[in-house]
Amino acid sequence: MVYLAAEHFASPPQWTWYILFYFFFAGIAGGSYVLGTLLRLSGDPRDEAAARIAFYVAFPATVICPLLLTADLGASWWKFWHMLVDVTPGDTGLNFKYWSPMSVGAWALLVFGFFATVSALDSWLRVVPMLLNRLFNIVGSVFGLFIASYTGVLLSVSNQPVWSDTWALGGLFLASGLSGSAALIALLIRNRPEASISLGRLHQADGYFSVLELALIIVFFITIAVAGVLSRVLPWLPLWAIAVAGIAGSLVEARGHTRMQAAGGSATVAGVRLDTVVVSLLVLLGVLAMRAAVIFSAQ
Amino acid sequence: MATIQAGESYGFFTDTSVCIGCKACEVACKEWNQLQGDSPSFLADSFDNTGTLDAQNWRHVKFIEHVPDQSATTGNGTAWLMMSDVCKHCKQASCMEVCPTGAIIRTEFNTVFIQQDVCNGCRNCIAACPYGVIGMNSQTGTAHKCTLCYDRLQGGLEPACAKACPTQSIQFGPLAELQKAADVRLAALHSQGVKQAQLYGRDDKVYGGLNAFFLLMDKPETYGLPNADNAGLPSRNDAGGYLAALVTGVLAVVAGLVAFRRRVTG
Repeated sequence: MVYLAAEHFASPPQWTWYILFYFFFAGIAGGSYVLGTLLRLSGDPRDEAAARIAFYVAFPATVICPLLLTADLGASWWKFWHMLVDVTPGDTGLNFKYWSPMSVGAWALLVFGFFATVSALDSWLRVVPMLLNRLFNIVGSVFGLFIASYTGVLLSVSNQPVWSDTWALGGLFLASGLSGSAALIALLIRNRPEASISLGRLHQADGYFSVLELALIIVFFITIAVAGVLSRVLPWLPLWAIAVAGIAGSLVEARGHTRMQAAGGSATVAGVRLDTVVVSLLVLLGVLAMRAAVIFSAQ
Repeated sequence: MATIQAGESYGFFTDTSVCIGCKACEVACKEWNQLQGDSPSFLADSFDNTGTLDAQNWRHVKFIEHVPDQSATTGNGTAWLMMSDVCKHCKQASCMEVCPTGAIIRTEFNTVFIQQDVCNGCRNCIAACPYGVIGMNSQTGTAHKCTLCYDRLQGGLEPACAKACPTQSIQFGPLAELQKAADVRLAALHSQGVKQAQLYGRDDKVYGGLNAFFLLMDKPETYGLPNADNAGLPSRNDAGGYLAALVTGVLAVVAGLVAFRRRVTG
């Protein structure tokens, strides 16, 4: 792949607030589902409570997504289903363009919605055998990973400045979505005795995801600098600073829990709670700020 | 001009060397297509008061004002470049490539057309179009651009802008004929010493060739047109974007499994 010094004459698509929050909730929905699955696969039975909360988070976050996308269509909101069905007279049929992330994403959101709904229901009713459940979760996680990442690819598959000048956005959105999901689940389980045992592990995972995110932010800046469009990003540095602050918070929290684990879990509960709330909110704000910085730098 | 027939490729050859900036094309386009136009605005940096192509401006006469500090010699004044810009009806159309609804189609005249009853206003085509041609009409909730007067073609009429152009800057016809005319015109200009004249979109170097192509008096970037090196389809980023996401996904799953691994002690 050859990236040339970019010269762009495209008009901005005016993807603003609805799309920003869609990108945010898509990251949380997909990320939470994946974390729930990983907790079930890798954790022990005591992590099941945290896993169920992860699936509870994924469900509403998934439901919000199509609502935001439909609202973004404006006066044509009632034609939202045209994403899936081609109504061209004489050429009707299903729409699926594997080379158009928006087309693939529409289908993936529909399929992932099924997995998120069933998994949330099962977390509540607990009727499906665990082995079947895990297989179901693994397949659902593939779609979860896609939902959390394709939004970045969608931006890149355009002719917009910044967006089309980097290949890092898909990975960046995925790492950020996973980090935000870990932070949100940590926030929700901190007061639940049956689930809070997973708190330290969630912070550790958040730390790993934050390292990935940081690496991809560096790659992002390098690629757009090479493309010669760095100046478009500079006005949004305050938003990037918030994102980096969230990453820093995650890393500090992860390090603290690693040390606490090494010391035999001797940290005070109150201290952990305070850190979890502050850090989780900062991470979530960073997830939103990073997406806003990317979206608005091209428009 | 011969009868307009379905199955043949039609387009525009816009010769910017004879454009006088009268904007008859803009007016004719708005009148035929019943476009209200945008609210008047004072752009302050140009004699151009249209600004850009959008949902209400399907033709836009660009005024490129490079006024030099010193007077140009006779016959070499290039301070004023004018160009009637329009949808290029690309053979490899970025808008058509990304459109998720199938609203953007290629017509029987080999032009690119947005079906208003199918378009749902997702604006992916706007993000993709490298020429900034497409605009969103908030009232209809759909994307709009030049149709190359599809309705007129179906009725055997040439597009309104070409009909109205008083200097033959905008020429309409079968693509093969237009390409021959462009070659003749370019040769004539070169023989007169106008070496900077060049054709844009005449060959397949830019988006596989353009049905609406141009004779330019400067390099494409001066007119706000990407050169051949920068003319990439959106799908060029599919592989790189998905690969980065895949690698990140694998690393993240491994990291998650490590973080959540079973406790050694109960």
